[in-house]
Amino acid sequence: MPENVTDHAAPQPVIRVLDVVKRFGGLAVLDGVSLEVYPGETMVIMGGSGCGKSTLLRLMIGSLFPDEGHVQMFGRNLDELDDAGLDALRLRFGILFQSGALFNSMSLGENVALPLAEHTDLDRETIEIMVKIKLEQVGLREAAERMPAQLSGGMKKRAGLARAIALDPEILFYDEPSAGLDPVTSAEIDQLIMDMAGKLGVTSVVVTHEMDSAFRIADRMAMLDAGRIIKVGRRSEFEALRDCPLTGDEETDLVRQFLRGDSEGPITARRLSTGYERDILGGAGF
Amino acid sequence: MNRRPGQRNLVAAVGARALGGIAYLGGMALMLAQAGRWLLRGIANPKLRLRRGPLALQMVRVGVRSVGIVSLVQVFIGVILALQMARPLEPWGQVDKIANIIGVAGFRMLGPIITAVVLSGFAGASIAAELGTMVVAEEIEALEAQALSPVRFLVVPRVLATFLMMMLLTIIADWMIALGGYLTSLAVLKPQVYIGYWERMRDQLRVRDFVSGLIMAGVFGLLVSLIGCYEGLRVRGGAEGVGRATTMTVVYSIVGIIVAACIFTVIFYVYRF
Repeated sequence: MPENVTDHAAPQPVIRVLDVVKRFGGLAVLDGVSLEVYPGETMVIMGGSGCGKSTLLRLMIGSLFPDEGHVQMFGRNLDELDDAGLDALRLRFGILFQSGALFNSMSLGENVALPLAEHTDLDRETIEIMVKIKLEQVGLREAAERMPAQLSGGMKKRAGLARAIALDPEILFYDEPSAGLDPVTSAEIDQLIMDMAGKLGVTSVVVTHEMDSAFRIADRMAMLDAGRIIKVGRRSEFEALRDCPLTGDEETDLVRQFLRGDSEGPITARRLSTGYERDILGGAGF
Repeated sequence: MNRRPGQRNLVAAVGARALGGIAYLGGMALMLAQAGRWLLRGIANPKLRLRRGPLALQMVRVGVRSVGIVSLVQVFIGVILALQMARPLEPWGQVDKIANIIGVAGFRMLGPIITAVVLSGFAGASIAAELGTMVVAEEIEALEAQALSPVRFLVVPRVLATFLMMMLLTIIADWMIALGGYLTSLAVLKPQVYIGYWERMRDQLRVRDFVSGLIMAGVFGLLVSLIGCYEGLRVRGGAEGVGRATTMTVVYSIVGIIVAACIFTVIFYVYRF
């Protein structure tokens, strides 16, 4: 087990990303990414907009497949599974999408009931009880009859989480769980993520760029930049990095700037230098 | 053989369009095959039951709600046919044949084809917009992430509903064309047109006229719904992508309907059906 992994009973990773390259239109969005996620831990994947973190999440859940390298879940290569194998694996994990992704034509209760009705042999009464339990876990039991259009952003996320945990998954993926929420609601969602990890013992993979949230929920963190993971480590290591002075090492200072949210640093310098002189002086076409 | 860069670009562009067209048709055929497989599995396996609620909902959306607009359009088609034919037939003393011509033209072709064109805008575009919006809202991804097939949950009820309702609407449409012709002759044309109008139409029409129209209606229904589903599910790029999908659904549907109608006409002509 690598030294930057928290002490867990089972040393085998549940997710393993191995030298993954993913290109869109010839452009490598992920360029040789490797990452391991261990049972029971909360891994937060951070990075700026367009760095490839959502692509990495979609590779992990089998929505996309790598051009090079492999993604393994529970020891199995996702790209080698057929549709049935992939579906069987999908029953073992749940996803909270950025928008909640509730089915708008169904009530909240029906949204949560759908995976139970389709993937279990439970009778209707049992499913209704299960739906109430799942909604209670996210504090929405009273809203079972409401339609998604009647819910606030935070409620949609909580409802999405109730649906994600309907089949008692072993892994929960969260895509930008705090995006677009006010600080209090964001903290409530963070608490739910911690509750899921603590009470249900699920492994969590959270993609976010909200640093307050990341530091609240993470056991380990990974920093993604320009399609590469430039640092993986325990939360404490990232906290130390955030609070330390500039080191002079570009990658370390880049992570530090991102964690602190500074307006000056390697990220800003790189952004400003990209093609600037050529655009101004080199006669770039308009 | 040496070609100038302009020629090479033209050849490459034509080739790319041709390949794109083949890929599009292949994608639709694959979707139809998947929908057919899910339909059969749903009939055979109680666990994978056809979900009647969504099917009924789509039948109302596609069929019941478009009865008014289809009827209105087809009555006008009947009016147009009657008036357009009255003058040319008059010198030949054949104005009473308006009923025969409206019967054949309406039941064999105009009933299904005009209904399908109306449905391409009314239902096809609506299917594309709805599914496209679901793509943008990550709902399709959420279905797949729950090991639930979007083809089974979304495509099958829409295709089946459009297929069935297109045939039912065509039956209504056929009679609305006939009614439009009758009302026109009653209001504007001479007595020899409307006296015995229904009898002449009945004597003219054969079962095959009605059946050939229904066969085409079913195929047009499949075409419109499949194009709507296919365009909707491949939406990329947010609201702009949804708008493009709805437009392309109508355009491709109308082209597909006309091409299919032409193919059917040739087949029916050759086999004297």
